Amino acid sequence: MWIYEKKLQYPVRVSKCDPMMAKFLIEQYGGADGELAAALRYLNQRYTIPDKVIGVLNDIGTEEFAHLEMIATMVYKLTKDATVDQLQAAGLGAHYANHDKALYYENASGVPWTASYINAKGDPIADLYEDIAAEEKARATYQWLIDMTDDVDIQDSLKFLREREIIHAIRFREAVEIIKEDRATRKIF
Amino acid sequence: MKMNHEERTYVPFRSPFDPCPPLPCRTYVVPVNQYVVFQPPDLPQFSPAEALKHGTLWPSLYSPYVSRKMKGE
Ligand SMILES: [Fe+2]
Repeated sequence: MWIYEKKLQYPVRVSKCDPMMAKFLIEQYGGADGELAAALRYLNQRYTIPDKVIGVLNDIGTEEFAHLEMIATMVYKLTKDATVDQLQAAGLGAHYANHDKALYYENASGVPWTASYINAKGDPIADLYEDIAAEEKARATYQWLIDMTDDVDIQDSLKFLREREIIHAIRFREAVEIIKEDRATRKIF
Repeated sequence: MKMNHEERTYVPFRSPFDPCPPLPCRTYVVPVNQYVVFQPPDLPQFSPAEALKHGTLWPSLYSPYVSRKMKGE
């Protein structure tokens, strides 16, 4: 189970009225390397990974939901006061036709989220290497998002999220080292 | 703009028949996590407030990033 804290993991402030940025940020909401995919990937893999590293997947999977909430907050702030004209001009007309201003799990091109974005091979090495790659891909996506805005406040939150991906990647690399270790061959004196 | 020490650059092949004027170079980032196999114990830590700002407790795992838009790229 989870205990919910009614606050964001890191503050989100949006200072520039830029609905088009919402369209791009959705990539990290419902895209292949986004936060939803990350959370579901790790929390699902927990059941078939060696006991010693379940906690890593548990902690990081949980944190990804906190990141999902931060992205949702950015998208919400960028769209809540936008007129229909502004949404259309920002390239969100197709989204509006289907969803009004509702958030939806889709990527920046409007492709709905799918479980085929994530894997569960049941092989601990294969799964952890997928997780490492997923973190580096999310880190890169954050870079491209930071590149596309000059709002220093949204950049600040995105830089926090980018750094978290770097930390997650090293945690998964450490998890690989932990499961590589063969305790049976260790000599005890 | 201050050079990011994690940034690597290369110049892609330039053809005499390229349609657009060439950009000076391509850049990519190799984050600090690529040089640590297993984090050693007892590394120096940020203060809690600094850690929140940086997104990590560990100065040695902090990776800065500057928007390409801000750098005029
Ligand atoms: Fe992550």
